[in-house]
Amino acid sequence: MQLDHRIPSGPLTEKWDRFRFETKLINPANKRKFEIIVVGAGLAGASASATLGELGYNVKTFCIQDSPRRGHSIAAQGGINAAKNYQNDGDSVWRLFYDTIKGGDFRAREANVYRLAQISNQIIDQCVAQGVPFAREYGGLLANRSFGGAQVSRTFYARGQTGQQLLLGAYSAMMRQVKAGKVTLHPRSEMMDLVVINGQARGIVTRNLITGAIESYAADAVVLATGGYGNAYYLSTNAMASNVTATWRAYKRGAAFANPCFVQIHPTCIPVHGTYQSKLTLMSESLRNDARVWVPARPGDKRPPAEIPEPERDYYLEKKYPSFGNLVPRDVASRNAKEQCDQGKGVGDTGLAVYLDFSEAINRLGEAAIRRKYGNLFHMYEKITGQDPVKEPMTIYPAVHYTMGGLWVDYHLMSTVPGLFVLGEANFSDHGANRLGASALMQGLADGYFVLPATISSHFAESALLPINTSHPAFTEAMDTTKGRIQRLLSINGTRTPDEFHRELGLLLWDHCGMARNEAGLTLALGRLPKLKKRFWQDLKVTGNGADLNQTLERAGRVADFIEFAEVMILDALSRQESCGCHFREESQTGEHEAKRMDDTYSHVSAWEYQGEAQTPKLHKEPLVFENIQLSQRSYK
Amino acid sequence: MTVIHLTLKIWRQTGPESKGSFKTYESGPLATAMSFLEMLDVLNERLILSGEEPVAFDHDCREGICGMCGAVINGKAHGPEKKTTLCQLHMRHFRDGDTLVIEPFRSRAFKLVKDLIVDRSAFDAIIAEGGYISVNTGGAPDANAIPVPAFTAEQALDAAECIGCGACVAACPNGSAMLFVGAKISHLSLLPQGQPERSKRALALVKKMDALGFGNCGNEQYCEKACPKGISISNIARLNREFMKAAFCSVEE
Repeated sequence: MQLDHRIPSGPLTEKWDRFRFETKLINPANKRKFEIIVVGAGLAGASASATLGELGYNVKTFCIQDSPRRGHSIAAQGGINAAKNYQNDGDSVWRLFYDTIKGGDFRAREANVYRLAQISNQIIDQCVAQGVPFAREYGGLLANRSFGGAQVSRTFYARGQTGQQLLLGAYSAMMRQVKAGKVTLHPRSEMMDLVVINGQARGIVTRNLITGAIESYAADAVVLATGGYGNAYYLSTNAMASNVTATWRAYKRGAAFANPCFVQIHPTCIPVHGTYQSKLTLMSESLRNDARVWVPARPGDKRPPAEIPEPERDYYLEKKYPSFGNLVPRDVASRNAKEQCDQGKGVGDTGLAVYLDFSEAINRLGEAAIRRKYGNLFHMYEKITGQDPVKEPMTIYPAVHYTMGGLWVDYHLMSTVPGLFVLGEANFSDHGANRLGASALMQGLADGYFVLPATISSHFAESALLPINTSHPAFTEAMDTTKGRIQRLLSINGTRTPDEFHRELGLLLWDHCGMARNEAGLTLALGRLPKLKKRFWQDLKVTGNGADLNQTLERAGRVADFIEFAEVMILDALSRQESCGCHFREESQTGEHEAKRMDDTYSHVSAWEYQGEAQTPKLHKEPLVFENIQLSQRSYK
Repeated sequence: MTVIHLTLKIWRQTGPESKGSFKTYESGPLATAMSFLEMLDVLNERLILSGEEPVAFDHDCREGICGMCGAVINGKAHGPEKKTTLCQLHMRHFRDGDTLVIEPFRSRAFKLVKDLIVDRSAFDAIIAEGGYISVNTGGAPDANAIPVPAFTAEQALDAAECIGCGACVAACPNGSAMLFVGAKISHLSLLPQGQPERSKRALALVKKMDALGFGNCGNEQYCEKACPKGISISNIARLNREFMKAAFCSVEE
């Protein structure tokens, strides 16, 4: 397997322009001869479907939800970054680029991140033109707020539901193409396999979630925008149906999986409260703009927060990181919360929580102003916990949130399987080892609205695509494999539900491949996986049959893939013996317990290649070359 | 941890053509910090192990924003709490010994799929008729080129918060989708960017809504009460105004 990043030559600032000039185009009349499959209808999938349809391609868009307006991008609260510099506070494309690559702890490609920063401004223009009701100043111009990892205010937002408004914008644009006949929707369809013919991605196999029918679709290119794999941990902030199946199936058909150990643990989530818990809820990091994080200074202090006087509180982030304070990047904030709780200073029933306190901001700005800014987040918090954050501080704890790892893609967003493109959270490309807040929405829309539509034409222009249809033997083989697998899941008839196995896997990963990792723990977890997998395939219980709407069967298939996927994640965490970004190896830390990178040995992307069942996957390394910035140990002090 | 026990009468129906009925289950002990859907999860785990098919229900984000979940609890869409989706409804709002009757969102335009799952694709079909501003990607003017008063943007967002869950339709005695359509019409007609297609949009969306079998608004206000996002029925007034203006004054078809 060769990893050719296909980054255009020339100065960083000119690469994207040069690419667009040098790339081969498809003339408008010919575009309608090409069929494209898009899997997923979150920000990346919907924006790509809309734009490809506008350009004239024929698009088929698949999603597992009942409607393409429900992808989990919808739950993003805080905002979307752009280098507009509307606040005149010193922002620029270069600064957004630098902050993003530094935030990712120098484990992303310069060229990709610079392009992302360049495109960020066009995204805001596009969304406003679509009618996305961003927050405004009284004079009618757009408002901004600041976010973790940045010292400028560059985040555009729509109350605490920016993701929803952006997704509805992309969804609407896509529905316009549905009306125009350029996009055909396939909701309640789950991708079960990728079909590769002559080394090119030429179609997919799906399961119709209503009828259970196994169907196949052929195309000239396949685009995966199926999100991240955070649900491998069972408890995460992801939606219940978020899964790794589509990217995992693509991996098994030859697409390399890059940096799977890079999993972001978000610092501000509502703490776990019971064993029946099905998911964790994030409280936007924008709250850290006006709230102060603290714990009791004395370990074991169980007094209610109001009874702890100021001098006996430890505002540990402000103390340790005076220049960024409560706005340090997510990985730093999460690790510090864990550190405080490990010292016995955690609060709440479980001792696994810290306070997020608004009282100072309320005194300064008034309750009304704070409620206007964060009203819906407070409402959400109160719904879940029964407590009002204005009256007593929120309690928060880190939770699995976003996965920076994903299928390896080149500058064109194409995977190692020609014709298979991967967008948004499903790819690995832009966030390195840690994603900054308000950058996921930016990347999803950059990939879908602007990058893929520009790069896919060169694939069509430069590849020989033989005419094929779904009667090709490769389709038959993939359909038979899928049917056999479903039959196997249904016929075990054991004694444990898919969720029980999923919980067990999640706990194993959280304990040994979570916020802090070490060789012994990772090795132990790796050793347990084959036994877990074996028990799953011997003792699983799935009710009902395959030819019907069967949610237990859907879950079983996804859990089976998570179990397999976990192996690559742990192998990746084992092989990267440095700490970087969210990946904290206890063996590699500074005297002050900060992450210690080892640029000489690990300044590369790790891409794993499937080698067959029961074979250890093969590691390939793409060196990261930094020509424009100086690598530094991140410091937020 | 406070624990309660409930009696659950849940609508079971294997498919759109089959006959459904209520089936009664005892909940077993439930922590009051549990969400309504987690309560169903616990029941379903028990059903699977006993070999009975679990209750099918739609859900995804479990944060009250994706709009996928929804059922009628004791006659109320999304249950008794105001401005709350089913996934954000917690067991602390029920009393030990309560009986809950749990049914799908019923309406002529929402065909039942299985148990508590209904087909709401009619909403997507309405949006496809013109619930958008027709701008292709690229070429948009600078985002600050057209100022929008903060108050107008806030009003547009109040309407744009709709999550498309369908509770308004299920709650309406006429099975009307006018709160859903009114919210979209308001969102786009309030903004300067939405002006060029304002009339065309109002006519097209209302036409499609009628064709799909949704009823008319009878000013009963059940929709507003059921709406988990608190979308105001003043959006229906705006829809009526926009439609009338377009029907009488617009030169567009």
